[in-house]
This record gives sequence, C-alpha cells and structure tokens, in this order.
Amino acid sequence: MTPTLAIALTAVFTAVSCALLGAFLVLRKMTMVGDAISHAVLPGIAVAYWLSQSRASLWMFIGAAAVGVLATIIIELLRKKLKVQSDASIGMTFTTLFALGVILITFWSDSVDLDQECVLYGEIAYVPFNTWSFSGLNMGPIALWSSGLLLLAVLAYTFIGFKGLKMSSFNEDYAAVLGIGVAAWNLSLMAMVSFATVVSFESVGAILVVALLVVPAATAYLLVEKLHLLLIGAGSIALLAALGGYALSRWMDTSIAGTVATLLGVQFLIVLLYHQLIQKRNQHAVA
Amino acid sequence: MEKSIEVHNLTVSYHSKPVLWDVDFELPKGKIIGVVGPNGSGKTTMLKTVMGLMKPDSGYTEIFGQPLDKVRERVSYVPQRESVDWDFPADVMDVVLMGRYRKNNLFKRITKEDRRIATEALEKVNLLEFADRQISQLSGGQQQRVFIARSLAQQADIYLMDEPFVGVDAATEDAILKLLRDMKNEGKTVVIVHHDLQTANEYFDWIVLLNTRLVAAGPKEEVFTKELLQEAYGGRLTVLSKLGDLISDTEFPLREPDFKEDQPKD
Repeated sequence: MTPTLAIALTAVFTAVSCALLGAFLVLRKMTMVGDAISHAVLPGIAVAYWLSQSRASLWMFIGAAAVGVLATIIIELLRKKLKVQSDASIGMTFTTLFALGVILITFWSDSVDLDQECVLYGEIAYVPFNTWSFSGLNMGPIALWSSGLLLLAVLAYTFIGFKGLKMSSFNEDYAAVLGIGVAAWNLSLMAMVSFATVVSFESVGAILVVALLVVPAATAYLLVEKLHLLLIGAGSIALLAALGGYALSRWMDTSIAGTVATLLGVQFLIVLLYHQLIQKRNQHAVA
Repeated sequence: MEKSIEVHNLTVSYHSKPVLWDVDFELPKGKIIGVVGPNGSGKTTMLKTVMGLMKPDSGYTEIFGQPLDKVRERVSYVPQRESVDWDFPADVMDVVLMGRYRKNNLFKRITKEDRRIATEALEKVNLLEFADRQISQLSGGQQQRVFIARSLAQQADIYLMDEPFVGVDAATEDAILKLLRDMKNEGKTVVIVHHDLQTANEYFDWIVLLNTRLVAAGPKEEVFTKELLQEAYGGRLTVLSKLGDLISDTEFPLREPDFKEDQPKD
C-alpha cells in the first residue's frame, strides 16, 4: 500500500466516523460535550500509554474511553446534582482533566514518547511509518487499522441504534416514559465519541477532532429534512473534506489536518450562503 | 369508583423548594380530568412525577393500582409542545411512529402494522395529508396535534397531556375536544394539565385543584365553587373575587395571558 493511499484512507475513516457521531451531538445540542471529551481523554491516554508503552494498544483505547465517559458523568453530576450551570460544568471538567493529562505527559516525558504537539495537532503524515506485523507478516499502518475498525463500529452503532438514538435525541422525556433507557443511550454515545476521539487524536489531534465532530453535521443540518439524510450528508461532507483537504495540503505543502479542518469551514460557509439565498428567494416567493 | 391514578402523600421539591406538599387524591377511570391551579402550583410537576420523570421526596403514585413500571404499555404522555426542538430533521410520520417504539422493539424495524396504526392516528387528528411534511413547517396547533397523534399511536388506556391547549388555533382546539370525547366514549382516561379557568369548567368532567397543596379533587360541580377557587388562587387574582358571580352566570369571559405555564424548565 502506498503511503499516500494509507494517509487518505485513514483521513477518510476518521473523518466519516466523527461526522456520524457528531450528527447526534449537534441534534442534542451537545457539541461542547464532544469538545470536552476530546480534551478530557488526555489523562487516560497518558496513563494507558505509560503502562503499555505503546501508542495504539487496546489499553489506550479502553483507558481513554473510560476517562471520556467519566468526564460525561462528572459533567452530568455537576449540572444535575450540584446545580452548577451547564456550560460552566463542561468548562471546568474538561480543562481540569486536560491539564492533568498535560502534567502527566510532561512528568513522564523521559519515559513516554508522546509529545504535546502531537496530542494537540496530530500528525497524520506519519501514519504510514507506524506499522504492525502479525506472525511475521507486515500488516500495514496501525492507524489505518484502528480508524477502519472505528468506522465499522460507528456504522454498526448508528444502524443498530438508529431508533434509540433518534428517539432519545428528539424527545428524551417521552422516550423515558416509554421505558427506553435514555441514560444508557447518552452514555453509549459518549463512549463512542470517546473511542472516536482516541483513534483520531493521533491523526488530527485533540483540537481538530472537534472540527470533524461538529462541522460536517452542522453543514448537513442546513440542507436536509430527514435524520438518515443528515447522517449521509454529514458523512459525505466529511469524506469530501478529507480527500480534498489532503490533496490541497500536498499541493500547498501544509499541515494535512489543518487543511482538512479549514476546508470543512469553507464548505460550511458555502452551504450557509446557499441556504440563506434559498431562504430569501422563498420569502420573495411568498411575498 | 374504579381508580386510574392514585397519588399518596406526595411531596416533590425543585431546587430544594417544595413544589407539591403532601398531595393525596385518587382519580376515576373513563373521565376527562383537568389538573388546574395558578402559576407555580405544581401541575406539571405532578404530571412528571406520575410519569416517573421526577423523583418525589416522599409519597408515591400508582396507575391502575400498580407502579408505573408494571403498566408503562398502558400509559401515554403528551409533553409540552415547547419541550422539543421542532427543527429536528424528521417529518410528521417519523414523529407519530415514535409512539410505536418500545423497549423490546427498539432494535427491530418498523412494521407495516406500526405504519397502519400511525396512519390511523394521523387521520384522527386530521393531519394525514401532512404526513410527509417537515415538522418545522407546521403551525403550533398542527405540532400539538402531531404530539397527540403520536400518543394515540401508543394505543394506551390512560393519556396524560401537559397543556395541550396552549397556543393552538380554534380549529385545533375543537379537533382536540372532539377527540377527547371520542376517547372517553371508548373508556379511555385523559388527564390534562390546564391553566385556563374559563375553559376548564367546559372541558372537564373531573377537576384537581392544586396550589402546592391539594385544594380539592372531585367532580367539577363540587370543585368549581367560589370558595375553593378562592382558596386555590388566593389574593393572586383580584379578578377571581368576581368569579363567583361569573360562575352563577356560567359565563367565563376571563382569559389571562399571564396564566402561562408554571413549570420550571430544565
């Protein structure tokens, strides 16, 4: 497999996975929780990495996902039980956990090959060099495998959980009265977001993963009127930005992740302008 | 009297302030029942506690003589229209079909039978032609009817509705009233949180008068008296001192815009 293809596929897999999960965050008006989780997983990553001494270990995924879910639980506890304002509880929780992660990384900086720059911005360009082998056979880049598995998991989750996610996102109280476990749906979504963040962080970093979670879904939201179309739309927009951004970054010799995220922003602007134009025309038609 | 809902010594607080205080009553089956009271009198809290959405500090509630968990299938809830985001990407049929979702079919596909029941429910609220309409493009009254259709699609025995008459047009009001009477004739029980005193007497057979404490619960003839209404509303409405005369005339020309919903939203 050529390095170019490995990078492109990894970018597409992560971008589409994040976009699908992000659609539900946007519908639940919880994009800031996605932001929070993407930062809060850092101490989990640091501890798991220090314990296992390998970047793509199963432990790292589990550790980080656990911290992500823990962050969600802390936010909910602060908000519901201790009556802290919702945005303040998010802000406090993830900055504290993120700061703890930064301390851990610098504390273990001698023994841990994990620098802050990589955590914040990711480096998808190194994906092809980090390979693994199975009984002597070179299996290719680890990130390609992990992001591919992530996409499969996210697809399975959204297909199987479609009705539950739809119902609990639209009207939580009504779902609860029907005996549908809304807390379980919320936590499972947050666990998936945590997984996605951990898998993506190596490629795009903790900051830009937020762009992947929020922007494709917010863009598609302007264009569609059905939930399954929102998912397809967000996925397609993410796919386009991943491939286009990668090509553009090679041409301009810039950061891949940065270019992808910028392209997402540009796509959103174009769609927003189009949306405004259509609305104006409709208003004229009515008047 | 066959009982639908029983509320036993219920005390519920919100932000450590009691909203319901030692409320105790029983409701009959097969009636249209209004829960009436001034702003902040705990009407919505009462409904949410019966539906298991809020935990009481003390006391308990039962539906058909059983805890809610045993009879969920027979209970349907119509939340306040403003409690959801109507920009959600869904059409009318999508929302009504949610009335067919159950714990045990959540991972299964929607069946033809589900669609048939949902279509029937839409027909009952006169919205069949809007089945494919995006929900954000509906009027307030139509959105309210979508919520009621979703609830009908549950095919329950008791329906608890939170302010279904708020912000709806006259056509919707008539449609809902006709529907309520049909439901009653089929032996269903309907409990409605309602803030408008003027229409309460005309809509309901049975009235629960709340003001944090229970003021009265019973057939409307017994509850809708000058003394009890004054006890519930106290000095908060000077207009009410005239209500006694109005009742004798069976005329209620009072529509208070600030009788708006009392419930602390979260």
